[in-house]
Amino acid sequence: MMSALDNYFQTQQTAMRLRDYRQEVLSSNIANADTPQYKARDFDFTSAFNSALAAQQSGNSGALKTTDSRHLQPAGSSAADLLSPKLQYRSEVQPSIDGNTVDMTKEMRDFADNTLRYEAAITFMQNRMSTYRTALTSSSS
Amino acid sequence: MSLFSTFDISASAMQAQSMRLNAVASNLANAESTTSSNGQPYRAKQVVFQATPVGPEGGVGVKVSQVVEDQAPPKLVYDPRNPVADANGYVAMPNVDVVEEMTNMLSASRSYQTNADVMNTAKTLMQRTLQLGSS
Repeated sequence: MMSALDNYFQTQQTAMRLRDYRQEVLSSNIANADTPQYKARDFDFTSAFNSALAAQQSGNSGALKTTDSRHLQPAGSSAADLLSPKLQYRSEVQPSIDGNTVDMTKEMRDFADNTLRYEAAITFMQNRMSTYRTALTSSSS
Repeated sequence: MSLFSTFDISASAMQAQSMRLNAVASNLANAESTTSSNGQPYRAKQVVFQATPVGPEGGVGVKVSQVVEDQAPPKLVYDPRNPVADANGYVAMPNVDVVEEMTNMLSASRSYQTNADVMNTAKTLMQRTLQLGSS
């Protein structure tokens, strides 16, 4: 069941959760900049966001977490967790001899970018909240 | 929330880098130690990094899987007046490459710095998130 209030905040909530997750993935890459054989990973935010939103709007709230392969999923749900998009490996810019594919320039750029966009998502969320609050309190002032 | 895992990830990297810095300090300090506790010249120590899963959501941190001793032969220096010189007058000096250690030190401190920055950013973002809804 999706209430009107849930619906109202849904977009920004999804954006924040995905930005949050991407922040973790990028910081993993940065942390492993000196680890031999580590392969840098990332996911495409736009497609992850679009598919999560599309699924949420069609009433599909995602798969249930299962701890055993015999657990049942509700009918019609996709097996993938909507808010844990599939991680992909980065294509290498400059091959290094220890097999590490972290390109620090790219990682720091993406990290700064993601940080700003997360802050933007927070700001949008904040604005939505103020708008809603205005609607609730306008008569009393 | 993944930002909590970010703390763990960056902290594990900072710990690994500080262990690397520790090994560098030990190597540099002992660059001239011709005898150690086992009677042999000191051997350079290097840390081996390994990616390790952190948290439930697929974050990857760093740990030091092992500390290995550099197997390169000791550097022989001709110094017959040294008390530890062998019969031919050669002294076995530690296989510490000072230039390599300095490079390692710079790399470790830079990485440490970067991960501290990442942690700081995560902290700022979390504080902003906590302030959500306060008019």
